[in-house]
Amino acid sequence: MMAHEKNHDYHILTPSVWPLLGALSGFILFFGAVLYFHDSGPWLMLIGLAGVLYVMFGWWSEVVEESHVGDHTPVVQIGLRYGVIFFIMSEVMFFAAWFWSFFKHAMYPMGPDSPLVDGVWPPVGIETFDPWHLPLINTLILLLSGTAATWAHHALVHENNRKDMKWGLIIAIVLGAFFTVLQIYEYSHATFGFSGNIYGANFFMATGFHGFHVLVGTIFLFICLMRLNAGHFTQKNHIGFEAAAWYWHFVDVVWLFLFAAVYIWGA
Amino acid sequence: MADAAIHGHDHQDTRGFFTRWFMSTNHKDIGILYLIVSAFIGLISVSFTVYMRMELMNPGVQYMCLEGARFLVDNSTECTPNGHLWNVMITYHGILMMFFVVIPALFGGFGNYLMPLQIGAPDMAFPRLNNLSFWMYVAGTSLGVASLLSPGGNGQLGSGVGWVLYPPLSVNEGGMSMDLAIFAVHVSGASSILGAINMITTFLNMRAPGMTLFKVPLFSWSIFVTAWLILLSLPVLAGAITMLLTDRNFGTTFFDPAGGGDPILYQHILWFFGHPEVYIIILPGFGIISHVIATFSRKPIFGYLPMVWAMIAIGVLGFVVWAHHMYTVGLSLNQQSYFMLATMVIAVPTGVKVFSWIATMWGGSIEFKTPMLWAFGFLFLFTVGGVTGVVLSQAGVDRAYHDTYYVVAHFHYVMSLGAVFAIFAGIYFYFGKITGRQYPEWAGKLHFWAMFIGANLTFFPQHFLGRQGMPRRYIDYPEQFAQWNFWSSIGAFLSFASFIFFIGIVAYTLRKGAKITENNYWNEYADTLEWTVSCPPPEHTFEILPKQEDWDHSHNH
Repeated sequence: MMAHEKNHDYHILTPSVWPLLGALSGFILFFGAVLYFHDSGPWLMLIGLAGVLYVMFGWWSEVVEESHVGDHTPVVQIGLRYGVIFFIMSEVMFFAAWFWSFFKHAMYPMGPDSPLVDGVWPPVGIETFDPWHLPLINTLILLLSGTAATWAHHALVHENNRKDMKWGLIIAIVLGAFFTVLQIYEYSHATFGFSGNIYGANFFMATGFHGFHVLVGTIFLFICLMRLNAGHFTQKNHIGFEAAAWYWHFVDVVWLFLFAAVYIWGA
Repeated sequence: MADAAIHGHDHQDTRGFFTRWFMSTNHKDIGILYLIVSAFIGLISVSFTVYMRMELMNPGVQYMCLEGARFLVDNSTECTPNGHLWNVMITYHGILMMFFVVIPALFGGFGNYLMPLQIGAPDMAFPRLNNLSFWMYVAGTSLGVASLLSPGGNGQLGSGVGWVLYPPLSVNEGGMSMDLAIFAVHVSGASSILGAINMITTFLNMRAPGMTLFKVPLFSWSIFVTAWLILLSLPVLAGAITMLLTDRNFGTTFFDPAGGGDPILYQHILWFFGHPEVYIIILPGFGIISHVIATFSRKPIFGYLPMVWAMIAIGVLGFVVWAHHMYTVGLSLNQQSYFMLATMVIAVPTGVKVFSWIATMWGGSIEFKTPMLWAFGFLFLFTVGGVTGVVLSQAGVDRAYHDTYYVVAHFHYVMSLGAVFAIFAGIYFYFGKITGRQYPEWAGKLHFWAMFIGANLTFFPQHFLGRQGMPRRYIDYPEQFAQWNFWSSIGAFLSFASFIFFIGIVAYTLRKGAKITENNYWNEYADTLEWTVSCPPPEHTFEILPKQEDWDHSHNH
């Protein structure tokens, strides 16, 4: 590249093959998934998935590298923060669809005389979870995990205390993983199935997508822990960690809504 | 004007073909890619309509036969109507136009190319993500085409469920075609969401020094508002079609009453996306039209601030009117009254825009160059579509019009004659800017008149058909609808011919069009920043950020 004269701090990138590879892998992933749905084996789908994961790793490694060579100027950091916020907003709207389905069916359950006479909720024959047992414990675990992430955040920003940050992250990750384990335990003890009834469909898809987000958030925090150990993140420059923390809080808040609506009110 | 060195003319483009077009991180190149691919998909989608209009030209089924699809009438052999093929045609015409032609052309193409230029940004906020949006759009398109060509319902290829994918039809449609279509919409939706994140961030974070929010050109504003609609509505659609997917493949019962589900729920969630989608499609068009009309009236746009607020109001209202697509599904009277009222309120900001465009032209020195013709056509036809929209917004009247050709005429007037005319206005307005060559003026005008007459001939008679009670989505119709269907088909063929002619214009202009030497080849009322760079612009623009006097012409406003 020729050296250009420039008077701005924006990040102008050189060409990259990651987007092309990413979209190609995505195509293979989804095409393979359809084949898998129609009894053709999961192999193409798994190849696509591997490609997507590889692109994520390669692409984001590059982003981290760019941050180290100083491409993430203050104005670029503002842009990255905007990006994370808008991404989370789109995720919120994705959950809106699942809550929509839940509230519709909980408030106007279908019955034999619908829509003149509503049915009952939860549907006849469905035995729901007691919200004050495992779900309450899980709520506390996730909130505690969020608190630990915030502790890590404060330790970095206000004190530059990397040891506290490390412990905060470890606690957040362990609690996050514990949440997932308990959720799997709960799933395996459900008296209602995933298919064939609307309660199970709403319950498993809403909490399932939340669970997937917990998993992603846990991995995100784990990557931050790895990066912390590798000496990344400074008091001023830690967008990756901030994104992970914001994402984690978003996952927390979704759970609070699930807990309040699906587990308590909807039971 | 700004001299060459400021905008980096002397830079030599050293990128190879693959690097430039497949690994791009350049908003202008990505914009061009969007325009090319969407034009190609548009051609496919338009050719479907030609086949559909051939079939509807006369009563009886002549072409879409179970014995094999034909392109010539052959009375000597039997022809059993192939309803599935017909349904596939209308479905893919809708899906392709909605997700793979108009949004990519206006939001992806013009948005990418022009928005950073207009706000004086060196590129998009996330240039690599921008390219991911483009390639995911291609991946989505590929899934869509794969869906068309893979085993579907009725033991044939493709899915014939209509672009809205209503259950139970879409849940029961056999084969893998429907699943591929669902994923196609997922992927293209994700592409649009990433694009929206990029656009909003660019708009908020990268405006030229001194360019406060209410000094941003109207087209960039339109992209900003559109991006918000995409960001907040498309994920909801993703949820709805994920429910379809699990209903189809994993036995959930979101939309199946037998398992306690509700098919009407799908319609609500779909239209919660679907109505903002209408504005996603038309708002960037509004932006383009504002610049074209101001330029060729030689006046600054009338009422800049109300124009901005009207777009914001349309965007906000677009989220609270969705059920006017569903008056006949059994909504309560209160619900119908609310949605009717809210829908009619949208006519107010839309009226603000239409009257502001007229007021811009009022007393102006109007010059009917090709882009202005398209803008003028847009104004007239979009208003017709808007007025029939007000008619349809009335729940009582909609009882009679629902699912008739009146509705088809209405939404084609706002989309085919609104958004698409805006796209052509934009193409002719900016063709020289993007390619450095100018089309022959007579050819652009001929294209306009052929398309204007053709599209009106296609869709105006459909109002009559709808009023006579002809339902949409049928392969055949009784004798009494024959006359207007015949004329409608003639119109469609003329429109198609004009489209082919347009491709010819593009091919000719790229090779032999007059070279453009000035930065601004229109007049001083094309006063936004894209007119301060060369035609075509260098690889990198605004490496030295523009100065306020380059773009701030507030004395004009």
